[in-house]
Parts: sequence; C-alpha cells; structure tokens
Amino acid sequence: MKREGPGNTGEDMVATNGADAAFAIELKGISKAFGPVQANKDINIAVPKGTIHGIIGENGAGKSTLMSILYGFYKADSGQIFVNGALTPIPDSQSAIRAGIGMVFQHFKLVQNFSVLENIILGAEEGQMLNSSLAKARKELDRLARDYDLDVDPDALIEDLSVGHQQRVEILKALYRQADILILDEPTGVLTPDEADHLFRILKGLKDQGKTVILITHKLREIMEATDNVSVMRRGTMVATVKTAETSPEQLAELMVGRKVLLEVEKGVAKPGEVVLKVEDLRVRDEHKVERLKGVSFEIRAGEILGIAGVAGNGQTELMEALGGMIRATGRASLKGADLPLSGPGADGQSRRAAGIAHVPEDRHHHGLILDFTAWENMAFGYFNDPDYQKNALLMDNDALRDDTRKKMEKFDVRPPDCWLPAKSFSGGNQQKIVVAREIEQSPALLLIGQPTRGVDIGAIEFIHKQIIALRDAGAAILLVSVELDEIMSLSDRIAVMFDGRIMGFRDPETTDERELGLLMAGVTGKGEAA
Amino acid sequence: MDRLPRWADVALVPLVSLTLAAIISALVIIAIGQDPWEAITVMVEGSVMNAYGWGYTLYYATSFIFTGLAVTVAFHAGLFNIGGEGQAQLGGLGVALAVLFIPWPHWTLALLGASVGAALFGAAWAAIPAYLQAKRGSHIVITTIMFNYIAASLMIYMLVDVLRPPGKMDPATANFPPQAHLPRFNEIPGVNLIFETKVPANVTFFIALAMAVVVWLLLWRTRLGYQIRAFGKSESAARYAGINPTRIIMIAMLISGGLAGLMAINNVMGEAERLLGNSASGAGFIGIAVALMGRNHPVGVVLAALLFGFLFQGGAELGLWTKIPIELRTVVQGLVILFTGALDVMVRMLLTRIFALFRQPKLEAA
Amino acid sequence: MMDYGTLLQILDSTLRLATPLLLACLAGLYSERSGVFDIGLEGKMLTAAMCAGAVAYYTGSAWAGALAGIGGSLVFALIHGVTSITFRGNQLIAGVALNFLASGITVLTAQSLFGQGGRTPPLTGAARFGELTLPFAEALRPVPVIGPLYADVISGHSILVYAAFVIVALTWWVLYRTRYGLRLRAVGENPAAVDTAGVSVNRLRFSAVMITGVLCGLAGAYMATALQAGFGKEMTAGRGYIALAALIFAKWRPVQAMGACLLFGFFQALALRPDVVERVVHMKVPVPFLDALPYILTVLVLAGFVGKAIPPRAGGEPYVKER
Repeated sequence: MKREGPGNTGEDMVATNGADAAFAIELKGISKAFGPVQANKDINIAVPKGTIHGIIGENGAGKSTLMSILYGFYKADSGQIFVNGALTPIPDSQSAIRAGIGMVFQHFKLVQNFSVLENIILGAEEGQMLNSSLAKARKELDRLARDYDLDVDPDALIEDLSVGHQQRVEILKALYRQADILILDEPTGVLTPDEADHLFRILKGLKDQGKTVILITHKLREIMEATDNVSVMRRGTMVATVKTAETSPEQLAELMVGRKVLLEVEKGVAKPGEVVLKVEDLRVRDEHKVERLKGVSFEIRAGEILGIAGVAGNGQTELMEALGGMIRATGRASLKGADLPLSGPGADGQSRRAAGIAHVPEDRHHHGLILDFTAWENMAFGYFNDPDYQKNALLMDNDALRDDTRKKMEKFDVRPPDCWLPAKSFSGGNQQKIVVAREIEQSPALLLIGQPTRGVDIGAIEFIHKQIIALRDAGAAILLVSVELDEIMSLSDRIAVMFDGRIMGFRDPETTDERELGLLMAGVTGKGEAA
Repeated sequence: MDRLPRWADVALVPLVSLTLAAIISALVIIAIGQDPWEAITVMVEGSVMNAYGWGYTLYYATSFIFTGLAVTVAFHAGLFNIGGEGQAQLGGLGVALAVLFIPWPHWTLALLGASVGAALFGAAWAAIPAYLQAKRGSHIVITTIMFNYIAASLMIYMLVDVLRPPGKMDPATANFPPQAHLPRFNEIPGVNLIFETKVPANVTFFIALAMAVVVWLLLWRTRLGYQIRAFGKSESAARYAGINPTRIIMIAMLISGGLAGLMAINNVMGEAERLLGNSASGAGFIGIAVALMGRNHPVGVVLAALLFGFLFQGGAELGLWTKIPIELRTVVQGLVILFTGALDVMVRMLLTRIFALFRQPKLEAA
Repeated sequence: MMDYGTLLQILDSTLRLATPLLLACLAGLYSERSGVFDIGLEGKMLTAAMCAGAVAYYTGSAWAGALAGIGGSLVFALIHGVTSITFRGNQLIAGVALNFLASGITVLTAQSLFGQGGRTPPLTGAARFGELTLPFAEALRPVPVIGPLYADVISGHSILVYAAFVIVALTWWVLYRTRYGLRLRAVGENPAAVDTAGVSVNRLRFSAVMITGVLCGLAGAYMATALQAGFGKEMTAGRGYIALAALIFAKWRPVQAMGACLLFGFFQALALRPDVVERVVHMKVPVPFLDALPYILTVLVLAGFVGKAIPPRAGGEPYVKER
C-alpha cells in the first residue's frame, strides 16, 4: 500500500483506476430508502487514501445507513461503490472484508463469553481446526499491539473488558482481516474522555501506517481534533466536504443543522409564576454502570418553557425518563414543593401522572404508543385509571373514552379522524398529535416533552408548537428537549445546554445565538456564565 | 409489503391454515390406505348429525373452552403458558378435595365449592412459574413444561398413596357423593327434549360460555385487561405508562392457571364423578391449538373449541367404525398448531401475494 | 444398606436408561447452542423410534433401522428449520406442534403397517442391536470390586450406548476445538457477530438443526431396537423433555450433559427399584417423587437456586439484520 503523508488530502486529485488510485473509497449516487423514509439521497463522497475522514451529521442524518451500505449490511437502492478506484459491488459483509474494509459498529458485534482471541478469529479462521488459528492469531495480535498501541489481553473474556478495550478488540478484528479502510461508527459514544483520547491516538497511528480511517460522529470536537477532511450530512443528503483545517466548529454546526425555514411561533412574553419543578443533583447510571446523567440541577416555574439544547445522547433522554418515572435515578426532585421519589415505590409512571406530570416521550413507537392498539385505546394509555374513563368499579367506560378521543382528534386535527384505526396506520405526524393531545389535554402542572416534532410534517409542527405555547400560557411548567436548535430557540423562555450528562450553562433565547449554543453543545465553554 | 385487509386477517388467515391442515390430514389418510371422504363422513355423522353426538362434541368443547381461554389470557400478557395440562390436573385435585371432604347439601353449592377449589389449585400451580418468570427471569415455557411433569407425578402419588380408598386397586378417588352430581344435558328440563339419552355434556358448558364472556370483559372492558394487553404488546411502553410488570405477569398467570383448573369441573365432577389418573387427558395442550386457531379472542376460542370438540368426537368415531386410528386427531391438532402458530408468517405471505395479484389489474385499469 | 451386586444392577440399568437421554440431550445441545430452542426433541425421538422399529422389522437389520430412524427424525428437523429459521416462526410453538404431529403420525403409520394397535411386531435377532461383550470381561470378573464393575456394568451394552459416550467426547471436541464449533457457539450468543464476520447465520443454524435430527434419530433408534424390542405407542414417555431438562441442568455443555443424563438415568433406575431405595434411606420414598426429581432439580436450576442457567443469549429469537 502506498503511503501518503498527513495533510496531503488529495482534494483536487482525480480518481484513477488501478491500485495507486488517490481515493480509498468513492461512493457515487448512493440512495437508500426504508419504506417511505429516504435515509440516503444521491450521496457522493470521495475519501483520499491514508487520511482520517470525518462524516458528521445529526442523529438520523443517514451516516450509519451510508456506512452500513459500504460494509454490505444493507443493499443500496442505487449507486456505485469504488474501492481503490475499482468498481466493487458489496452485496454482503464477506465482500466488504475481501475488499479490505473493516467496520467498528456503534453496538459492538462481539460474543460476550468468548475470549479476545476467539472473537478475533471468528469467521477468519485458518482451516477446520482452531488451535493453529489461535496460535497464528496470538502472534499476529502481538505484532498489531506493538505496531498500533492496541494492547489487549488475548485470553480475557469480552464481558470482563471495559468498553474501551472491547472497542480495541473490534479494531483488532478489522486489522486481523487486513483491513486497509477502517470505518468507526460513533466510536466515542460509549467511551470516557481518556479512552476517547487513546482511541484518537490509535487512529493517528493507523493513518501513519497508511490506513484510511472513516470516522462517523455527531461530535464537533472529535472532528476538529482527529480528522483531515470532513463531510457533512443532513437529512439523508451530503451537504459539503471540506478540509478540517479550513473550517470551524461554527461553520460545521451551521452545515449540520442547516438554515431551515425558521418557523415563527407567535408567543407572548412569559409570565413565570411559582417554582413548579425543582431538580437537584440528578444522576443516572445505565445498565453498564456508566453514569449518563452527572448531577443536573435546575428549576422550572409555572408558565415557563425550559428548553434543553444539545446533541442527542448527552443525557437528555435519561433526564426525561428519570423525571417521567421510567428509570431509577439519585438526587432530589420536587413538584410544587412535594417530593418526587426517584427510586423505589412511587417512582413509576402512574405516580408521576397522579402528581400532575404529563410526558410526551422522545420515542413514540417504543414508549408513547401501543402501535397495535386503536387510537381510542391509546388515548387512555397511562391514564387508564382516570375516573372519567370508568363506568363503575369494575368496567371501563369505553364509550366515554371514544367520545373523548373523537373530541381530541378533532381539536388536534388528527387525520383520518377515525378513532377505531390502530395507531400504526397513522402517519408519524398524526401519531405524534395523538400523543400530544393525550398529554396536553390532561392540563398537567408539568409537561415533559421530548422531540415534539421529530418525523412530523411542517403543518403539524406549527400546530404542535401552538399547543405547547397555549399550555404554557395556561400556567403549566414545560420541560422541552429537542435536537432541533431552532425549535429550542423559538419555543423556549430559557435554554439550558447539555453536554456529556451535564448542563453547560443557561442562556436567554433573546440574547444568545446558534453559534454560542453550538459551542456549548460541543462542550466548549469560552466565557463564564453570562445569563 | 402490503397489509392484509382486516377481514382477511381475522377470518381468512385461520381458514387458510385450517384448510392446509385439512389437506395434509387427507393426504395422511390416503397414505395409510384409507378414504378421506369416508373419514369426514363418519366424523360428521358421529359428532354433529344427532343429539347423542352433540352431547359428546359439546362435552369436549367445554373442556377446550376453559383451556383455550387459559392460553389466551397468558398470551395477551406476552406469556406462553404451556402448563395448562398440569394446571388442569391440579384443578381436578381441587375439585376432588372440595367434593369429597365437604358435605354439600345441593349440587349448586357443590358446584360453587368445586369451582373455587379447581380455580385455586390451578392458579397455585401456575403461581410458581409466574413468580420465577417475573422475579428471576426463568423462561416460563420451560418451567411450565417441568411443572406438567411434576404435576403428573404428584397426581399419581396422591391417587395411589393418599386418596385411593382402602381395598381398591385402581388409582382413583372414591366416587363423588350423589349430592355433587351435576345435571347432564339429558337431565336438564327443556334441554332434555333434545338430548334424550345419557350424554356427558353437562351444566359446565354454560359456565364455560359464561367464562368466555368474563374473559372478554376482563381483557377488553377492564383496566386490568387493558394493562395486560398493553404489557403483552410492548414491555417498554408499559414501563412508560407505569404498568408494573411483576404484577401483570403474576395476575395474568394466576387467571390463566385458574381457568385451566376450572376445566376439572367438566371432566372430573361432571363426567367421571371421581378423580382418575391423567384426568386432563391432553385437553391442556389442546388449549394451545384452540387459542391459536381462535386468534386469542374468546369468540374465536369458543368456535375453535367447538371445532376441536367435533374433531375429538369425530376422531373417536373413526377409531370405532373405520380402520383409521383415533390418533388422527393428534395429527390434526399438531398441524393446526404448526400452521396457525408457527407458520403464520408463511400463510400471510401467501395471502398477501394472492391479494397483490388481484390488486394489480385494477391499478393498471385506473 | 445395599449390597454390591444390587448397586451394580442399578448402575447397569442407569447406563441403559441414560443413553437415550444423553443422545437426545446432545441433539438439543447443537440446536440450542445455535440459537434455535427445541422443545420438539420428544417428537423427533418418537418418529425415529417408529421408523427404526418398522424398518428393522422389515429388513431384519438393526442398522437399517437406525438409518431409517435418522431419516425420519431429519424430516422433522427440516420442518423445524424451515419454520423457525426460514419463516422466522415461533420456535417454541413449532416444537410443540411437531411433538403432537409425531405422537399421532407414529401410531397412524405403525397401525396401518402392522395392525397391532399402533406398535411394531416384536423385533428379534439381528433386528435388534445386540449386547457387546468387551474384551477380557470374563477374564477380569474375578478381580475384586473392579472386575464385576467392568464385566456387569461397563461391558454388555449395545453399540449405541458406547456410541453415545463417544459422541460426548466428539461433541466436546467439535464445540471447543474446531472452527465449526466456534461459529456454532458464536451464532447462539450473538448472530450479528457471525453475520458481520461474513458467515451465513441461517446456513449455520440449519446445519445445527440437522445434527440435532441425526442425534435424535439415534436416540429413537436406541429406544426401539436396543432398549426395547420394537416400537410402542408413546414409547419415549417424556424422555425428550427430561433430555431438555438435563441440557439446562448441564448449562448447555457436553461433558456436564453426560453427568446430568447419568444422574437422571440413575433416578429412573432407582424408580424401577423402590425396594432398594427404601432399604437405603430407611423410609418409603414414593416412586413418583423419583420420577419428578429431574424436573424439580431443573426448576431449581432455572430459578438460580442451584447455580444459574443462562441459555445461549440469542436463543429463541429469529435473526433479523440490525445495525
């Protein structure tokens, strides 16, 4: 493999055929749809050899889909893949491996109760017997560990390794298969900052040895630190490819988010009242004991919307789920002065609803709706104990529930207005309207609302925004989480920016701008606390 | 892939599955050198063409309604209760204890007491697998299988060593007292105008129908049923709504086991009038086929139970009058479970393709 | 106490009774290790027993019978594979269905072939697997303790008994020393790891399910042509489920499976000799309790009271590609 020095990005080179082509990977006109969702639209990208190439974009921008196509995990609807200048169809993972492509998935593909060595040879064994393969792999592993600073105990079981070490095993797996092109999908999402730094040193080492690295991430800092070039994706399209040295985090943030038609929301001045929700030092650990929420404190007053800005995966989901009674947390929380238990009895969705907290979850398919239930059944989801829906001590009053559903569907303009249809037959926007109608019409003291307009069409967005404002004006406290920055900007009365499980700071939407928020979202705190 | 229209989903899918099972059964009959047409004629004549046949068909159907409902309730909670057989046997024990050791003045009271005993014992037998599933994550399918075998051993022990009257040889309890005799169809005024000879079908049939209504009410009209169904459809969404998983698993399995246990008032109290070994005689397993065939809806369960009642009575007639062994009904049972339960996807794919064929010309015309 | 002769008798029948459990248990091991749960072992065994009994009767050859048993069991394994791998159906329901199908179809076939109430005529001579006398069995008999153990317990079984124990060693070797075994263990734990490594998940699972068919075939053939002399209605009598219990008890490992099957076989042997049990423990132990012991132990294991039985992590789930 010909080696190119760092910095020689070959941006203005033309792809030629043959082994010494300038580009390790070239994708031309790649499109992929999942049902009605166009995940990739006519993507073109060229990755120069011997570079670290970043692909950045928000969640759902289509980065992972694109890379899965490159690894033969999905089949593109159209388009061509060139590897080292040669047209290379990649119908399955085997072909990708043969073409010298290795992939480190976001969710590792490791067998937990296997040793490191066994995982490495799986699928790349030499002959029928294991012993010779294992011996060869042990030697090769030793060499790779020395060459690339990838030290892992070959006999350790995967389940005993830290996440960072597991990731090294994935990289070793690819290198063992003689990958020259290494794709890493959101590799730092599960790593501590130290582990992430080590990873970037490893990647630099790989580049120095002539390997090509494609780094998929939504974190600006990583792009700036680690890459030579960066391609920006937005909503399934490739927006731009630039040299990292010639761009800035602000420019990238702008490209990522895009200049969407800013939806003007008519909104009067907030008249904040008493404190409704008070949260102190809220902490959440996930099932792997990794701390996802690292001590969050804030207050929300009646008639006020607190917007949480941030790139997805920085603790917003855990914050919402802990307050909604879905997961256990530590710290303190109170609603209008009354304690909200964060674990044990009373820390469940029913108790939260009884206390006056409504919750529009971020994920309507897995949480907010039972897709097989009809619209009217979904209207009672979480509120099946509501006295209005009971006929007597034993039976529910389904007629009343259906009447109520029809009213809410009419008020929220759910189409088609048929309460007997199962939730799965409605479009995303109408599904969301059902959830929002159910929660807002409870007239809660506090509304938790996550990604209120994800996958929702323009008309419905405006409508849902109006309902949120109306609820605020009626005196409710609202905690809004969204990855859409302009949604946060136009709805919030105050903005908190979250990064890595912490609140980086509070800002006033009137005085801040996207640039400032973008830096905070990337974990960069230049100035002291202003607002 | 296009979705099937609702009517096709509800009615056509089970019908196609049933037809496939019937075709293969017919091929099996041909393969053993017999005449499928003769078989179906004998079955129909012996089970539904006269009151006597109906008396047996309905008797079997009664048991299957109970066990089918038992599987249905568990299914709605996302649990596969394969332990209906053991729960039904324990239900029989509950009936025997309630009837033998309490002097009931009248059959109505005896029926009430026996029902409580049957349901309690059946539920108790389901309680341990349920608890282990809810609290320790032990797979309920495996534990309920194990409990079927433990139940079988327990029943042999109870019948041989504990409940067998002194001096008797066969492993069975004493005969139940006459006060506990449930009226059979030929003994119920009005109904006996149709059923003139002695048949095993008895008042329990009406209780079974009532339980179908109760289960329907439970699942689709109560808060509990709402929570059971929501939990069964999506555990993650249930967590969002604040539905307690342990509570739902326990309650659903207790109801399921209770229903399976209730079957015993039909066969043990209504028919045998004493507790015999292997009292459930497979009805617990047939509940699986009945629930799958009936699409886990009480109305479907009742219809499927009637179908299996017909199959059982007809199969017995085959054993009597033809060279086709009675075990044909086990083959059909297996085929129905295979097609309605495990090859559901295949049947749907088949139907969707056929529907697409009919749809295309219309589109082209437009 | 129990005298040595009685102990040897019980150990001898332990081996006989453990063999079908062991073959079925190893059969289940392949399927379940690949991620396909199989509660249809019982049905496959039963089908094999009928095929083996019938063919052995017609040909007068136990070997032909064994081949037929394997063939019959493979047909059922194929249905299980198509249902749960190709059509991604519910593996457990498929297993239940196959058990009923086998239960009925074996009687139907045997009845139409022989007209003897669903059984095959008694097998004699070469239609059964004979008892092999191991070398020096008689010569060593006078040696104290070991001699009778060798001559009466270890020697004198049919070849399938020895085959079962060889298959334990073979399975261990395949599982832990060969490429196929590595992939098999991997696909039951994390099929995505196998898929991304460029190996076909479905093909691997199908091969495992087929091996299950072969071994269940041997188990059924042993029932009809070695343990007993011919096929009889429901002759497996729940052994497929005991084998399943043993598999869980052994935590899906071959050598431990052998231990579990010997233990469960020992219980079965004891259940045949309640008089001995009573003499040893000085109280009357109900036979049904001995019958139920394997199931009770398995429930305790499942509940995590006696070690924790963690099934292959991907077991029971059809594989669907996901990022």
